[in-house]
Amino acid sequence: MSVPAELHYTEEHEWVSISGEVATIGITDYAASALGDVVYVNLPAVDAAVTAGEPCGEVESTKSVSDLFSPVDGEVTEVNEELDDDPGLVNAEPYGAGWMFRVRIPAGPDGETALPPGLLSATEYEELTKSAG
Amino acid sequence: MLNAYHARVTSQPKHTPLRSVHERLGATMTDFAGWLMPLRYGSETAEHLAVRSAAGLFDLSHMGEITVTGPGAGPALDYALTGWLSRLSVGQARYTMLCAPDGGILDDLVVYRQEDDRFLVVANASNTSVVLAELGERCATVAGATVTDQTDRTALIAIQGPNASRVLADHTAAALGSVKYYTGVHGDVAGSPAWIARTGYTGEDGFEVFCAPEDAGHVWEALMPAGGPVDASTGGPAGPAVVPAGLAARDTLRLEAGMPLYGNELGPDVTPFEAGLGKVVRLDKPGDFVGRAALAKLAADAASGNGPGRTLVGLVARSRRVPRHGYPVTSGDTEVGTVTSGAPSPTLGTPIAMAYVAGSAIAGESTGPFGVDIRGRIETADLVPLPFYRKE
Repeated sequence: MSVPAELHYTEEHEWVSISGEVATIGITDYAASALGDVVYVNLPAVDAAVTAGEPCGEVESTKSVSDLFSPVDGEVTEVNEELDDDPGLVNAEPYGAGWMFRVRIPAGPDGETALPPGLLSATEYEELTKSAG
Repeated sequence: MLNAYHARVTSQPKHTPLRSVHERLGATMTDFAGWLMPLRYGSETAEHLAVRSAAGLFDLSHMGEITVTGPGAGPALDYALTGWLSRLSVGQARYTMLCAPDGGILDDLVVYRQEDDRFLVVANASNTSVVLAELGERCATVAGATVTDQTDRTALIAIQGPNASRVLADHTAAALGSVKYYTGVHGDVAGSPAWIARTGYTGEDGFEVFCAPEDAGHVWEALMPAGGPVDASTGGPAGPAVVPAGLAARDTLRLEAGMPLYGNELGPDVTPFEAGLGKVVRLDKPGDFVGRAALAKLAADAASGNGPGRTLVGLVARSRRVPRHGYPVTSGDTEVGTVTSGAPSPTLGTPIAMAYVAGSAIAGESTGPFGVDIRGRIETADLVPLPFYRKE
């Protein structure tokens, strides 16, 4: 199960990559494997406001549907439209072509983009998946 | 993300004789009715499509096998079950049901007449102990019938799909051409004795091979010598002749074929008539049977235009959001039913579902469309005849 070191993670099995003001979000390899074949990803609308910890979409797989949470506060700037035609990208490349949506994170009072609280490091996330069995 | 799969196995599940095969193939295992079973080996969608276009190999050793033997076996089963089993010829199989006295379904079964005085009853894994207890009690009322649990002495491997008969023919001396749909023969597979039946739960041609647990690995390897898991990009006509297939594919295959699953479409609060399976109730057979009075009344009510309050229907969703077990079905502002099974259909490419819908909601000109309340938002679904898929 791959857990790239440079990414941040959530307890909901999503990953976050932060570049400047923009966070890119997807689900982890562990999540994609556990779900089985992803058949549809219901993504938030571009320009929608999302709130950390709140559901903003759904991931439909053969056996189940799961909420997609936003790990950050902000405004959706882009969604992965490729997933509409090829939701299997989530299984094939969860950290690459299977990314799901991007959110602009507001800059903090000091002008710096603050890392949202509560995110896990790769090491912490790996521990989480091990304890979950 | 991910709400369902942190459930831990609390009691030790049983393993089938093919445990090491599944481990070698890297299967994702799941606890199903107390058994650790392969859910999928690679992509369940690829496995499903491979069964439609080539063939799939399934380990179904969790199913319950119960024999009823002796000169009274036929009459005993006629009393215990809804079907007219004593009329089967040797080699014939029947889909039938075990009903409670009130007509509710305790299990759906396939019964094979293997010999004049030997019947093999195949039960759902989750119901094996109930079926065994009920058969023991009911058959005791008829002289000359012995009920024996063979589950731990029996492995079951199904080979299903258009390639099934060609592949199996290479490994058996049995004349498969004369084994018609819903019949079986004693024979051998890869040199091991087996009961070979042309039955299944996928909507495809195929066979179910019952053999001794110690022969199961050998039979599996013979039928799938080089096959490994398939991913989403393989399978299909250009892929391997046979692929291993798990319970996830089995569930979507049976759903497309409009076949009921106990616990979803069938249960103690459902009668065969509601499930659209009234034909399994043989009120024309002689003698009493458990449930006859209640079932006869239901049949008479239906004949006088007072049919079951609800009917099992097929729905095809217009949206890509998937109706699933337990979701409400609506018509206008009214809730008219409940989804029993739903899944994205690999063959149709769109979500499909079976649902119980109030008879009044599909009476006369009313043919839908219906709504399905999918997590708080109503999605439109069209009423379609079952099955969703029929092989050519």
